[in-house]
Amino acid sequence: MKRVKEALSNLIVPMISISFGFLAGAIIMLLSGNNPVTGYVALLQGVFGEIYYFGETLRMMTPLIFSGIAVAFAFRTGLLNIGVEGQLIVGWLASVAVGSMFDLPMILHLPLALLVGAVAGAVWGFIPGILKARLHVHEVIVTIMMNYVALHVSNYIIRTYMLASGQRSDYVSETASLSSEFLRGMTDFSRLHWGFFLAIAACFVMWFFLWKTTKGYELRSAGYNQHASSYAGMNVKTNIVMSMMISGAFAGLGGAMEGLGTYNYVQILQGFTNLGFDGIAVALLGGSTSIGIFLAAFLFGGLKIGSSNMQATAGVAPELVEIVIALIIFFVASSYFIRWYLNRRQSKKEGK
Amino acid sequence: MDAFISSLNLIIPAAIFAATPLIFTALGGLLSERAGVVNIGLEGLMVMGAFSGIVFTLIFESFGLGAASPWLALVVAMLIGAVFSLFHAVASITLRADQIVSGVALNFLAVGLSVFLVREFFGKGQTDYIQFPIYRTNIPLLADIPVIGGWFFSRIYATSIIALVFVVIVWYVVFKTPFGLRLRSVGEHPTAADTMGIKVNRMKYIAVMLSGAFGGMGGAVYAITTSGNFGGGTIAGQGFMALAALVFGKWNPFGVLGAALFFGLAQSLSITAQQIPALANVPQVYLLIAPYVLTILALAGFVGKAEGPKALGKAYEKGSR
Repeated sequence: MKRVKEALSNLIVPMISISFGFLAGAIIMLLSGNNPVTGYVALLQGVFGEIYYFGETLRMMTPLIFSGIAVAFAFRTGLLNIGVEGQLIVGWLASVAVGSMFDLPMILHLPLALLVGAVAGAVWGFIPGILKARLHVHEVIVTIMMNYVALHVSNYIIRTYMLASGQRSDYVSETASLSSEFLRGMTDFSRLHWGFFLAIAACFVMWFFLWKTTKGYELRSAGYNQHASSYAGMNVKTNIVMSMMISGAFAGLGGAMEGLGTYNYVQILQGFTNLGFDGIAVALLGGSTSIGIFLAAFLFGGLKIGSSNMQATAGVAPELVEIVIALIIFFVASSYFIRWYLNRRQSKKEGK
Repeated sequence: MDAFISSLNLIIPAAIFAATPLIFTALGGLLSERAGVVNIGLEGLMVMGAFSGIVFTLIFESFGLGAASPWLALVVAMLIGAVFSLFHAVASITLRADQIVSGVALNFLAVGLSVFLVREFFGKGQTDYIQFPIYRTNIPLLADIPVIGGWFFSRIYATSIIALVFVVIVWYVVFKTPFGLRLRSVGEHPTAADTMGIKVNRMKYIAVMLSGAFGGMGGAVYAITTSGNFGGGTIAGQGFMALAALVFGKWNPFGVLGAALFFGLAQSLSITAQQIPALANVPQVYLLIAPYVLTILALAGFVGKAEGPKALGKAYEKGSR
């Protein structure tokens, strides 16, 4: 009974935040002369109305789940990884490089491309990790800087070594692609690919690793109290580096999802993909739990895909969705206030 | 030698020009972080500044205000930046949200809100171009000084001069006035400040709103002098580069000035290097990533240790130890 109550109270904050976010979105639509009911109905139709839209939503979820896990994983160990964006970009680049430059049977090629993507992300996460562990440099600024280094360096590598036509590289060979005729056919030719199931598996892996293994316990305990973990004989420094690398590996896989699944190539980026930054929103709303991340990725992925239909049929600018997402993050981050209010009501009820 | 001086004639004004928005924004970040509030939201504040700078220039132009329009718009952009920063202030100071998360949300909100409004007003993804941007001018007398006059005082933007003036003002306010002492004490040791009767959270609010005003100014200056219109991609990373300048400049106004000029130099070199014989063979990517790599090295202590205010990033709870 107590556990059910706890689970409910964990649900209440995100639920209230989401409602406030949508309410604010409705007010903005009203103020800008749009009809919020028409707008939100169009948004829903843009997710569930056609199997194609639904397939695209699942496709959009895939990298969001990975970037959400990446942020959450670091967060569980007391680290804020703002560098998921950069780790995702290098993972994208590395996986496509392997996917397009080698000729191997699929059973080797695809795992190798995925692995190299994950390793690239892990390397990108290693740098802020080691700086934090050895020199106590705050990881937030370093990871932000690493994002820009990733963006410029990967653009340089694509431009110099990989350019095939226009702004993009060659397509990855079929033996390294996650694309699936079967899933495409089932969803009226959306870009849904096998990566979606890898994302679900990743949710499971994160849960299992953090909650069912000794190492996972160590990493979480470092998140709660570094000094206590250190006193208990755990090597906090190694754990920090390891956590950033695992986080980076998940982010790199998120990039590989785009490189091997959605696009099958890598392109010169004009700016950030924002998939990594959205991961922060996903992890935060999902309470850094596997199931929460899955649901939050569905919500944000759906919002992003549904927004184009909202523009097409209701004439609401798709950026409304970005506003709603930003406000949801604000509300979740400010949950101190919601919790405080709930606690006060609770204690009043109990007559204290 | 002549070739050297003439390339400096090209590089120095370009560096100052590129540094100007960074200086304004980084000064804003300085005020906020000196009071203990991390401001990852500088990027978003610049976005709002650029948006309001352009939109209000267009509005004032339509009123027939002519060349005064961009200047009035700069003032409005500062005000809007200050108001917009309240999102960050309320969430992170009063509601004790994580300051970094709140800053990230501020960036999302700024891009979403500004582009949404642009679509509603203009029916497309970017605004029209302004008719009266701020132009380069020669400063009387100073521009006639040989060599140096050509580097620093001729064909310069008035906004760059204003930025330099603000560097001095911010330095004076932060280090030489009671207000500045209070601001710093709140960022270093809020409990001690509270004991001495300083209203900690009020100081933090003021600091964050000032950072909003400066960030708004920085964004507006960029939009009015450089891009001439506003769209979703107008501000692409300048806010984070300002944050880098703040860290590389070690939270000191003159350090910030130096860092911003250096980053501006790197930025302008990445564009002009092709015309300079000595640099033509350096891949552009090195110049593009230089500011970020140097900031990481500075943080790691390889280029002089950069250490922020002690209570940076922590919400102040009365009575906590």
